[in-house]
Amino acid sequence: MKFRKAELKKDVNRIRKGIIRHWQLYLLVLAPITYLVIFKYIPLIGSVIAFKDYSFVKGVFGSDWVGLKHFIRFFKSPQFKTLMLNTIGLSLYQIIAGVAPPILLAIALNYVRSKIFGKTVQMVTYMPYFISTVLVVGILSQILSLGGPVNQIIKAMGVEPVHFMGDPKLFRTIYVFSGIWQNNGYNAVIYLAALAAISPELYEAAIIDGASIWKRIYYIDIPSILPTAVILLILACGRILSIGYEKVLLMQNNLNLQTSDIISTYVYRVGLISMQYSYSTAIGLFQSVVSFILLVLVNKVSRSLNETSLW
Amino acid sequence: MEKAKTKKSLSDNLFFIVNGLFLLICFIVVAFPILNVVSQSVSSPKAVIAGKVFLWPVDFNLNAYKQIFQNKLLMTGYKNSFLYTLVGTFFNIVMTVAIAYPLSRKDFIGRNVITGIFVFTMIFNAPLIPTYLNIKNLGLLDTFWVMVIPGAISVYNMIIARTFFQNTIPTELFEASELDGASDMQVLTNVVLPLSKPILAVLVLYYAVGHWNAYFDGMIYLNTEMKFPLQVVLRNILASVEMIEQMVSSITVQDAQRLAYVEVMKYAIIVFGSIPVLLLYPFVQKYFVKGVMIGSVKG
Repeated sequence: MKFRKAELKKDVNRIRKGIIRHWQLYLLVLAPITYLVIFKYIPLIGSVIAFKDYSFVKGVFGSDWVGLKHFIRFFKSPQFKTLMLNTIGLSLYQIIAGVAPPILLAIALNYVRSKIFGKTVQMVTYMPYFISTVLVVGILSQILSLGGPVNQIIKAMGVEPVHFMGDPKLFRTIYVFSGIWQNNGYNAVIYLAALAAISPELYEAAIIDGASIWKRIYYIDIPSILPTAVILLILACGRILSIGYEKVLLMQNNLNLQTSDIISTYVYRVGLISMQYSYSTAIGLFQSVVSFILLVLVNKVSRSLNETSLW
Repeated sequence: MEKAKTKKSLSDNLFFIVNGLFLLICFIVVAFPILNVVSQSVSSPKAVIAGKVFLWPVDFNLNAYKQIFQNKLLMTGYKNSFLYTLVGTFFNIVMTVAIAYPLSRKDFIGRNVITGIFVFTMIFNAPLIPTYLNIKNLGLLDTFWVMVIPGAISVYNMIIARTFFQNTIPTELFEASELDGASDMQVLTNVVLPLSKPILAVLVLYYAVGHWNAYFDGMIYLNTEMKFPLQVVLRNILASVEMIEQMVSSITVQDAQRLAYVEVMKYAIIVFGSIPVLLLYPFVQKYFVKGVMIGSVKG
């Protein structure tokens, strides 16, 4: 007991000394921590309005408690099932369709014969990443409009033009593939880094054994980048409910709402457009809690598989 | 031996052909929409509405751009976005370094706890409405600072910076500087920052592109048109035919042709909005590649 007390005292002393010695460092973190508290933690505390009936007059803390009323309303509402299915459907589609393209591009770039051609392709495929979401959706609606170039080609083949942006059946496909169009070059860089890390001795041994490039890709490259792919896949699954809303919101219209309405856009519409503050917060909080649990789980899995984790 | 070699090179040659074709397809798929939008924007309205424009401009002219440069909203949006990006990025860098540097020091007691409270905000997001109400209560709605302060630190960027400081600056350097009587601030300004130019470049680019391309915060927090960043202006204009019709109202044409003008205007507005980022892109892309690399090996 006495021993532990002495130990504790020593610890306290050590900490005090450390803080005094590095007081400038503590001064430095003051502003970032203040920022974090004001802009991240106060809104978290403000989320209690999910359990209240928020009124402008009474404010966050004065409003009356209503327990789980808003949560129950959401779970029982007809939108609940649609929103969950739309959100998960869009996320899974995006995750699955997004696995192969960056891997293929990275391997292709890795083996390109003409360096200039490779550099050009990499530069061009990387470019759309920098175009803003607003403009990507702008390009989509122009290219895919009824009179746009894609429909001109379709018409030339003698098929009826397609109203791409207004068809609920096509919304997910357009969303996912325009995402691949925009991000594939960027995502490929991660795999290029993994490919660059492969020991040249492996290739030399394979070449001596007479392995063709196809075989080298199959037996060396794919296994080497598989761990990276698995980790990215698992981490993506953690974000399944919190899929980015900016682009969905921009692509959404009354015609495709049936499939384009996801939890985030509903939170926005119910909250900022219809001003049902407490109801919107309850849905948002549900989304945050589920995402949090998923991310923690997924991170555990990833850590045990690969010693790679988000944090 | 000779035979094996020819067989192998045959299969390898086939590979190079397939590989080249695949890359060519990737190139076309990405380049075609961009090239098409640019071509449409400099073609005549007649050709655009008739669907004649694919890869090259038809009846080349710059009329649409002349209309854009006369549009007050778009030009103000440009100016606003420029200011938000400049001030916002500066603020981002100061704040990110202020937290990343202490957290990278192994002798900074409490670093794990502080890292924890930052990372938690990355994996547990406060819902939209409490965030909005907080901004409103702080009196930041419809002010310049609402575009700068709320996004001051991206935890992801903070981790990248901390990792870079940890991995590139040896602990001995801190010890040596301390023995020389340098304070922690002096170590930061005279030792750490000069050694960290690559990561500072990456951070500036990540934050700056983020500011330039952001639209959601501007859309929900700003009401005054003259304060809108470019992306919000672009979104409003692209979503409304009436706004573009107003822009082309100075051109005296029949109503039927007006629709054609609106189409060309849309293409031109898209190109106009992408110019700054795409002009800078060739110079900055290597830093982004670097950023992805640092981000993917964080530990």
